[in-house]
Amino acid sequence: MVPLTHYLIFSAVLFAIGVLGVLIRRNVIVVFMSIEIMLNAVNISLLGFDRYLDQSTGQIFIFMVMCVAAAEVSIGLAIIISLFRNKPTVNLDEFNILKG
Amino acid sequence: MELLIFYPIALLCVALALAVVLTRNPINSAMCLIGMMLGLAIVFAFTQAHFIAILQIIIYAGAIMVLFMFVIMLLNLKEDSRSWMARDKNKLLTGLTAVLLVGAVYKFIDVITQTDFKAPQAVPDSFGTVALIGEFLFTDFVLPFEVASVLLLAAMVGAVVLAKNKLD
Amino acid sequence: MLLKLTCLIPLYPLIGSIINGFFGLKIGKRMVGLIACGSVALSFLTTLLVFIGFLLRPEDMATFEQVAFSWMVVGDFNVDFGFQVDQLSLVMMTFVTGVGFLIHVYSIGYMHEEYSFYRFFSYLNLFMFAMLLLVMGNNFLLMFIGWEGVGCCSYFLIGYYFEKKSACDAGTKAFVVNRVGDFAFLLAIMFIFNIFGTIDFTDVMHAAPETVVYGGETITIITLLLFVGATGKSAQIPLYTWLPDAMEGPTPVSALIHAATMVTAGVFMVVRCSVLFNLAPMTMMVVAFVGAGTAIFAATIGMTQFDIKRVLAYSTCSQIGYMFLAFGIGAYTAAIFHMVTHAFFKACLFLGSGSVIHGVGGEQDMRKMGGLKTEMPITYATFLVATLAIAGIPPLSGFFSKDEILYHSLIDGNVILWGMGISAALLTAFYMFRLVFMTFHGESRVDPEVHIHESPTVMTMPLVILAALAVGGGLLGIPLIHGWNILHNWLAPVLHFDLASALSHSEHLLHEAGEHAPSWSHLLVKKEHSTLLEISLMIFSVVVGITGIAFAYVCYIKKPDLPEKLTKGQWGYDIVKNKYLVDELYDETIVNPTVEVSELLWEKADAEGIDGTVNGVARVIGWFSKRARVFQSGFVRNYALFIAIGFVGLLLISF
Repeated sequence: MVPLTHYLIFSAVLFAIGVLGVLIRRNVIVVFMSIEIMLNAVNISLLGFDRYLDQSTGQIFIFMVMCVAAAEVSIGLAIIISLFRNKPTVNLDEFNILKG
Repeated sequence: MELLIFYPIALLCVALALAVVLTRNPINSAMCLIGMMLGLAIVFAFTQAHFIAILQIIIYAGAIMVLFMFVIMLLNLKEDSRSWMARDKNKLLTGLTAVLLVGAVYKFIDVITQTDFKAPQAVPDSFGTVALIGEFLFTDFVLPFEVASVLLLAAMVGAVVLAKNKLD
Repeated sequence: MLLKLTCLIPLYPLIGSIINGFFGLKIGKRMVGLIACGSVALSFLTTLLVFIGFLLRPEDMATFEQVAFSWMVVGDFNVDFGFQVDQLSLVMMTFVTGVGFLIHVYSIGYMHEEYSFYRFFSYLNLFMFAMLLLVMGNNFLLMFIGWEGVGCCSYFLIGYYFEKKSACDAGTKAFVVNRVGDFAFLLAIMFIFNIFGTIDFTDVMHAAPETVVYGGETITIITLLLFVGATGKSAQIPLYTWLPDAMEGPTPVSALIHAATMVTAGVFMVVRCSVLFNLAPMTMMVVAFVGAGTAIFAATIGMTQFDIKRVLAYSTCSQIGYMFLAFGIGAYTAAIFHMVTHAFFKACLFLGSGSVIHGVGGEQDMRKMGGLKTEMPITYATFLVATLAIAGIPPLSGFFSKDEILYHSLIDGNVILWGMGISAALLTAFYMFRLVFMTFHGESRVDPEVHIHESPTVMTMPLVILAALAVGGGLLGIPLIHGWNILHNWLAPVLHFDLASALSHSEHLLHEAGEHAPSWSHLLVKKEHSTLLEISLMIFSVVVGITGIAFAYVCYIKKPDLPEKLTKGQWGYDIVKNKYLVDELYDETIVNPTVEVSELLWEKADAEGIDGTVNGVARVIGWFSKRARVFQSGFVRNYALFIAIGFVGLLLISF
């Protein structure tokens, strides 16, 4: 049997990698993909707890997370396409009009 | 015994995730991400959550990643020209971030291993099956289900509005 | 009931003022004059009706109070907007509205060429409103509102010709000097509220004998403060300096405000509070001496002035001094009597001088007038009658009122006061006839290009009416066989004061405080009334009056160069001519230091201090903003980084 701690540590490491990706990369698409990594990490953790408490609530939650991820990705990519139309770059650093 | 399967799969996923973050070519990142999601699907199946595993493949690897690939190819993205590292002025901040994250993870592991979790139980056969989840979904959680459908509708409309050409 | 019409009396002038003020230019001069005079006429008629109503009132009603509305209720402090009709206020209301009406009619003629005709009448009506409030109020605060209101209107009207700097300065001076008096009055009101818990007249007067000790510090301070307020409004020493300068205003203003009504407000106020003054013998002595002193002082200055209106202004100061002298020795009726007769003849004199000024084309210096009696007969006749009245020649009204004051000042006062009064009478006769002789008699020194003409009927009619009143007003005060005169009997219920019971109350209060009451038995000794003394004094004052007239005759008709010879080179004369340099004294000691302190405060405290602080706050905020702007780099990744750092920090802290 895989102990619960393994699931949780796995989830934490994946999450940290996702955060790293968000903070480090300049390419907007890759940042987005890192966000997906973070969401998946959360899924792992939810499932781990579900397995060990013999419940189905977590799996419903995972269902919802996926649903939300799908919606978020579609909107986010639409925004990126709009941005790209304005300024033909995907370099996050160049979108700095809000500089105060 | 099951640990023997778990460790390699988990390490593979972590490696692929790192690859997503570190490679220069966005197509490569997308492929690695698909791989990572497939790996996760295997982990899900491992915990006898069949429905979720199938969903992971269908939705994530199947729809979401295809969307990503589509956009990458639409925008015709090339490799990142310079190093993928942080901006020139903020090497310090990058280092700081990495240290922070490592520290956070370490702390997390510390706390987890010190906690006593009870032993895993045996799960009934119906755990993770479509029937069981469907039962919960349409009785206890019917409201979130309906709201999710509204959310998807909104997302669809939003995506169409945002991405279409302005009619001048 | 006729008495219910009381609240309408101040209302008519107020409405007239508002209509004239806002629509005056549109409705034309004729309408403006009609509305202004009409409103005052309505007030006068209503006053007569209220008078009749008061005469017909039921037996048990001592005074009639009508409360328009309850104005302020703040804790224990209840103030009503109410009107009090009693014998004293009826006397005031009648002559204020009556003389006011005559002056309004006169002004239609006098101000005829002015462009801002409507403004004048608007202010004049507003003044009537304020004066009526003052006279009819049933509590100190309402009287104070009227008090301030008349001061304010006085400022407006003195500065009517606002293009002249001297007029504006005179208006400001009047207002500021009045303010000093108002401050004292306000302190007195607060003090009264503190001691008595109410500021309603009837309540305070009833409670006074039982609440304060006769001659104690409390009542002395209160009454002194009230008196200082009265000196400001009534132009006595030391707050009289505004009155001569106030002659910058148009002549009807001088007649109405600075002869008949506003300056008598001070006298009215102290008579209203006569109960309080009765309990403070020291203040009464102060009042008497200040009054007598002002009478002589102003008369001496009046002798040396050449501006016709200035002479009359100092004459007003002097005559009001008489009124305060009368008040100070306890002859309240004499003070009110003199106030009424003075209103008649002084208004007549001022309006006459206005007629003279109008007739010689704006010249006010007497040295450029002379021999006007042939061209301006009506003005001359009325002026002569009024001057005879003020000089105290029988059987005109001035004789009766002045004589009563002098008689009482000898009997109830002391010889010094009587001496001052009689000297002032001599001087009054002298300088008033000096004015008449210089203006109307002798050779004409008028500029030959000026066309001398008599004033129109609208101006001479009020003169005639006032002169007739100056003659007939004496009837009010003729001593009757039994007891006192009509006015005295009429006012007796208001001015009645039971000294014996007040003293016994005071003994009571002192005993309760554990102190011993001084011996007051000498105060209760009744004075004898000697008819022989009265008649001989009458004859003596007539002789004094005639002496003054004779001396003026000698100086200005028989030997016109005598004044030059007597006064040339005399340093005393120069000082008196320059008004004893009092204005200069005030300037040096009070006005200039105040201006300097104000400038200092303006530069240091306001410009540098307060503005500096406010600007400094803005500067500090700007400094901080500049430092904080660094975080708004516009780079989304930095923002995400900060979020992550914050989150990690939270994690570390909580675990």
